[in-house]
Amino acid sequence: MSKIVHYIYKHRYLFSRRIVQVSIILLYIAGNLYGWTILRGNLSMGKLFETIPVADPYAVLQMFFAGAILLWDAILGAVIVLLFYALIGGRMFCSWVCPVNIITDAANWIRKKFRLDRDEWQLRFSKKVRYWILALSFVMSAIMAVPVFEFVSPISMLHRGLIYGMGFGWAAVLTVFLFDLFVTKNGWCGHLCPLGAFYSLTTGKSVLRVYHIQPNCTLCMNCKNICPEKQVLAIVGKESGYIDFGECINCGRCIEVCNDDALKFSLRYIKKEKEGLENA
Amino acid sequence: MEKKEQKGLSRRKFIIGTLQAVGLSVLGGLVWGAYIDEATSAPLVLRPPGALPEKDFLKKCIKCGLCVEYCPYDTLKLAAPGDNIPIGTPYFEPRKVPCYMCTDIPCAVACPTGALDTDTVSDVVDGKKQLNINKARMGLAVINMESCIAYWGIQCDACYRACPLIDKAITINYMRNERTGKHAYLVPTVHSEYCTGCGLCEYACVTVEPSIYVLPRHVIKGKAGQHYLKGWEREQKLQLIQEKRSRFTTPRSEKSPLEYLNEGDLLNE
Repeated sequence: MSKIVHYIYKHRYLFSRRIVQVSIILLYIAGNLYGWTILRGNLSMGKLFETIPVADPYAVLQMFFAGAILLWDAILGAVIVLLFYALIGGRMFCSWVCPVNIITDAANWIRKKFRLDRDEWQLRFSKKVRYWILALSFVMSAIMAVPVFEFVSPISMLHRGLIYGMGFGWAAVLTVFLFDLFVTKNGWCGHLCPLGAFYSLTTGKSVLRVYHIQPNCTLCMNCKNICPEKQVLAIVGKESGYIDFGECINCGRCIEVCNDDALKFSLRYIKKEKEGLENA
Repeated sequence: MEKKEQKGLSRRKFIIGTLQAVGLSVLGGLVWGAYIDEATSAPLVLRPPGALPEKDFLKKCIKCGLCVEYCPYDTLKLAAPGDNIPIGTPYFEPRKVPCYMCTDIPCAVACPTGALDTDTVSDVVDGKKQLNINKARMGLAVINMESCIAYWGIQCDACYRACPLIDKAITINYMRNERTGKHAYLVPTVHSEYCTGCGLCEYACVTVEPSIYVLPRHVIKGKAGQHYLKGWEREQKLQLIQEKRSRFTTPRSEKSPLEYLNEGDLLNE
């Protein structure tokens, strides 16, 4: 019994994330099927309790580049969502909301189980590619006069598919899965996805951040092994402080695998934590 | 010296790296753009009431599906990959489920971006906006006179009866049936100034494949051009006179031909 409790404790954020991710999609599905009013629409744009608009700020920005003058509803929705992640949640969308995260995590899990993650079996390319894709999407939106990523996004194909019918959308999702499984570790979310890149650039200064307590660290590197964006854990073992990178998705996996209480979620600006080099 | 060399190397590396990224971006942009160009062209798609012209519609539609959710008849669908319609955008197929022309137009009202513009489907009454679904222009019904059985001489007015703007959008015209010599053809005719493109006619049509069907207006609505005028209609007649005056009057043509020919100057020329 205590083993199960321990297991759940060691995966507390993982389970919470799955519950949040699945509930959001289920609420949208119930909104469409049964007319539940909690969430209607989908992750591109929805309405909370049929009044508060919530919109994908990246999609709205593409539309802006495409030359569309939108109604206030859409703009307000985008501002609400962007402010929430930028001020409070960080890049939480990627780990707590986005349904593709479940797919890519599954690929990662299988990759580990079958020991496919040997370094020499990976197609290596820069994690900065996503920023180029992000910039390209704005240029292309302006040239083609449509929000270009919205026509190819496997993210919206998945959530829209789950809510309104999949069509051939499963093929795009399968592509992402196989790419992450066989080609590159965290290939989609960590290298290519421009939505993740957008949130990386905008949400680095949020309140909710992972905090590292350096004196407790035993340099076991569990956190770096599990982290999908390793580069953000640069301070681990070196100095105490907040993980100050927008690329951190606040998934909390590092906190779960740490056996030395060297990592925790904390509230920057609100809680007073010691920062910098410390003598243990 | 060594430091300087290193600096030069790292600068060169940076420039090469940037150029590589630019090159890849151009390649990616070309492929991406070519795909978008194909993926956004669906000339025969029918959009919900109030939809902006296709180009502006695709610019503004965020693919949220709220119009689909608020449609009480499940008329509207969101295009899934493989439907050959711009992905994620709402459309309807009248032969499956037509638009039932709700007077409160819930789909257009639900649109959060303005891709469905309620202004195009409303009147201003006493300074107040009032929805008017009859102003919707989702498409235009056309009749295939070869497969329409009314044109064969068989009595059928299914489309005419189904039309929510009966006697306006669809009228029944009488023609003499020369074959029998004693019967009349009662044939339906569509009038584009009233037809909303709801597709209730297409849904009601009794032939195996519909003989009256809705197509986007721009696809089938011909245009005679401004150089053809209906001289028998008062307004166009006036326009004709005006144009004659402004465009066809030269110093010579101001005089009548008789006057001009008898002036005698021509002989001297």
